[in-house]
Amino acid sequence: MTAPAAAAGPPPAVAVRDLRFAYRRGPVVLDIPSLEIARGTTVFLHGPSGSGKTTLLGLVAGVLAPREGQVLVLGTDLGRLSPSARDAFRAEHVGYVFQMFNLLPYLSVLENITLPCRLHRARRRRLGGADPDAEARALADRLGIGDLVARRVTELSVGQQQRVACARALLGRPELVIADEPTSALDADRRAQFLELLFGACAHAGATLLFVSHDRALEPLFAASLALPALNRAAAAPAVA
Amino acid sequence: MTLAGLALRSLRNRLLATALAVLSIAVSVALLVGVEQVRTGVRESFTGTIRGVDLIVGPRGGQTELLLSSVFGIGAPTANVAAATLARWSAHPAVKWVIPWSLGDSHRGFRVIGTSEAFYEHWRFRDDRRVTVTEGAPPAALYDVAIGSEVAATLGYRVGTPIVVAHGLREGFARHEATPFTVTGVLAATGTPIDRSLFVTLEGMEAMHADWAEAAPGTPPAIGSAPGPAPATSPPRRREDVAVDEVSAFFLGTKNRIETLRLQREINTDTGEPLTAIVPGVALAELWRTIGYAENGLRLVSLFVVAVGLIGMLAAIYTSLDARRREMTILRAIGAHPWQVAALLVLESGLLGLVGCLLGVGLTYASVAALQPAVERAFGIHLAARPPSATELGYLAAVIGAALAIGLVPAWRAYRNSLADGLTIRI
Repeated sequence: MTAPAAAAGPPPAVAVRDLRFAYRRGPVVLDIPSLEIARGTTVFLHGPSGSGKTTLLGLVAGVLAPREGQVLVLGTDLGRLSPSARDAFRAEHVGYVFQMFNLLPYLSVLENITLPCRLHRARRRRLGGADPDAEARALADRLGIGDLVARRVTELSVGQQQRVACARALLGRPELVIADEPTSALDADRRAQFLELLFGACAHAGATLLFVSHDRALEPLFAASLALPALNRAAAAPAVA
Repeated sequence: MTLAGLALRSLRNRLLATALAVLSIAVSVALLVGVEQVRTGVRESFTGTIRGVDLIVGPRGGQTELLLSSVFGIGAPTANVAAATLARWSAHPAVKWVIPWSLGDSHRGFRVIGTSEAFYEHWRFRDDRRVTVTEGAPPAALYDVAIGSEVAATLGYRVGTPIVVAHGLREGFARHEATPFTVTGVLAATGTPIDRSLFVTLEGMEAMHADWAEAAPGTPPAIGSAPGPAPATSPPRRREDVAVDEVSAFFLGTKNRIETLRLQREINTDTGEPLTAIVPGVALAELWRTIGYAENGLRLVSLFVVAVGLIGMLAAIYTSLDARRREMTILRAIGAHPWQVAALLVLESGLLGLVGCLLGVGLTYASVAALQPAVERAFGIHLAARPPSATELGYLAAVIGAALAIGLVPAWRAYRNSLADGLTIRI
């Protein structure tokens, strides 16, 4: 995936160089010499459980800091930012979708979608002065949950909840959307349907999609595919119980 | 939506747990503030027992003894004050009025006090209230008696009831059978020892003793029997027929309050009959200091209750934390700082503390308002629904502060977790 750096044009969505990472007292779990994700693409990242997928996402999202090497998101070296600045960077530029239990149960659908914009002024500014509620409704319509915005999230099916989570990740048009196995709770038919909606919404927002799954059946739907075990030299080490 | 809004929604989502935590704090706070209200009420009732009197004067002795025997009717006076001495001091240029006070008799366990009209005119209690009658009139004739409210309620006496007074404080011993009194007035409740007393005129008091001396010659002489009127063959009928020789003590009011201390010194150092003059407020405060330590025990208990309430709140917040670890992770993923996650928890427990305090104070005032008449009737303690005192506000601030501090514990854990968990959510 290593590509020569383009002389002109914006920096890639994600660039990783000589990354090594270990949890506090644990062994090195990630050792990635090089990885690059171009802007505006949809990338399928796959690997078995325990291969370090979620750790890599944590590093790209700026929740974790690399021990060695660089993680550049949109050209910004996250390792050089303070933890607080990484949080602010994530709030402004990254949308995140979890595997499941994505939403705050005590907020309505609309409130869940607009929460990042309400917590962070920078994310809100990305709306360009538009009303967050109106934008959220438009996104919900696009994702086929327009008629659910006033409902309590606990009344929604898992599939509907995933779409709400996508709407939340996309509101404010972040450059990078990270999805961590969001389809694992859906059946096969719904998976394809969900991905179609997600691709459409990402394309409309101009976002790069980094999609993580161990389900290789989805791989052909994406523009690019990355196998983490092939990238991660630490994955060869025996798994720690 | 701000953090506070988020905290509110989150609390509302766990309504039952929230309500229980708030309730446990509210009950603790209500107890703490309630104890404080009762404590203040007791102290005010106690120090309000006597007002308007500048000096209490009695035979030379201890200040507490004099206060107890004259105001609270506890213990017996050791000696008396001659009527001539009383007359001398009441004529003193600095003295405005005197209330003579004659003790030593009882009626079915209640004290009988001989005094003058000055008592009804000058005696004050609590907030400058005077002694009034609810029925009838203060004693005017020789065998008239006015009874305190508690006496009336306990013995079922009304205006017109004839009664017999016993000498000394024990019943069935030397009853003044020949001098039956008639109830002419019932006094309004005061919440002071007055309610448990019967009031006759000074002359009425003296007449009982003259009678008693005559009925049993040779037995212990009634106080001051020697120079009194010659043993009568029949009890006197009118006040004018009775000469008052002695009183047990007297209360006096000065023309100018500034004179009080000088007059006290003058009485205490006078070379005539040895007397002791005390300032009621000073003596009451001193007495309260010696008996008031019990209130500290009460306060200690209520502090323990608050501590238990706060620990209950900590347990409630702490146990909900594990269930909310995922919520914290979601907040982190959408860009919340770890400190925002921690602040959310501190804010929640602070809100619990605040609402608990408000509810607790409301609960206290509601119960004070509801129970006030019953408490005053049963215990003679006047509970006024006062605005919270500085002490109580201090308690409330401490409870809210403690709630915030307790919130720091799970907040710190959430902070640590949210950093360590990264985006791996453990269910």
